[in-house]
Amino acid sequence: MVTPVTSLGRNGLYDWLIQRVSAVIIGVYLIGMLGYLMVSGDLDYGSWKSFMGSICMQIANTLLVIAVAAHTWVGLWGVTTDYLTSLTFGKAATGVRLIAQVAIALALVVYLLWGLVLIWGGA
Amino acid sequence: MKVSIYRYNPETDREPSMKEYEVDTQGKDLMVLDILALVKEQDQSMAYRRSCREGVCGSDGMNMNGKNGLACITPLSQVAPGVLEGKKPLILRPLPGLPVIRDLVVDMGMFYNQYEKVQPYLQNNTPAPAIERLQSPEERAKIDGLYECILCACCSTSCPSFWWNPDKFLGPAALLQSYRFLADSRDNATEERLSKLDDPFSLFRCHGIMNCVSVCPKGLNPTRAIGHIRSMLLERGI
Repeated sequence: MVTPVTSLGRNGLYDWLIQRVSAVIIGVYLIGMLGYLMVSGDLDYGSWKSFMGSICMQIANTLLVIAVAAHTWVGLWGVTTDYLTSLTFGKAATGVRLIAQVAIALALVVYLLWGLVLIWGGA
Repeated sequence: MKVSIYRYNPETDREPSMKEYEVDTQGKDLMVLDILALVKEQDQSMAYRRSCREGVCGSDGMNMNGKNGLACITPLSQVAPGVLEGKKPLILRPLPGLPVIRDLVVDMGMFYNQYEKVQPYLQNNTPAPAIERLQSPEERAKIDGLYECILCACCSTSCPSFWWNPDKFLGPAALLQSYRFLADSRDNATEERLSKLDDPFSLFRCHGIMNCVSVCPKGLNPTRAIGHIRSMLLERGI
């Protein structure tokens, strides 16, 4: 068994589950949004704002933002541990991987917080 | 026909190169191993592994025109369109992702290390019966499609996850063997076996691209076995 684990679920099974569940959330959201856009006819700013401001959409958007962040982290953690290794970077691999993972994590935290502010900020 | 073979001797060569040979097959649809024997007559320094020459020992796994397989049971007509007719060269390289010892001979150490990790033997701590541990025909049928693996490494060395993390990802061959014992009714080390596969690398680096399935010379399906182990982990974990 591989012990150094820095993935999201801290375990392969939970990472795998997180990626599948988040993919389902993103898929359902996209299909639902597509359906809404198809049946809603002429959309103006007012109807779009009231639609997005409803509590159902606020919850759906929150789930989407969290799902995208979690999905991205598990996926990119896999990419960095596949390609940013000693095979490609030699002894510098750990440093390169750490920098890349910290940059990805920071970007995702910013994205998550910004998304939540937009959804719940009430602007 | 033209044959292009990967040549590398770490003791004398600075880097690998491809060497061209001309071989007369007399129009016959020979096996790739026969071609290698014809090349060997021309050039005694070219090294490759072989033993049973009938797809049982798994010694002559190699990359033929981009696809892994056993040279002894791969006819020229199956390598790639145009090879038999001489329109395209036969291109032979060692199995990808493993260190080359010389020419087509690779160091299988990393592959065997992963095989060893899955403890490929029956484990049962209950008292042994007087004669043998019996299985019903249904229980025995569960290890069909698993026990036939000959450890040729064609599958694991065609898997990108194994190329990038050969020390952490077990690879399709070892995982197929892992499920062979998880599925065996006589083995009762299921919990111990599963607990060693639960990290993000050992099993979960499989992304299901099925290269292993497409190259297995025995027609086995490691992706399906990995899926079964994943289901067992899911049942155990949630």
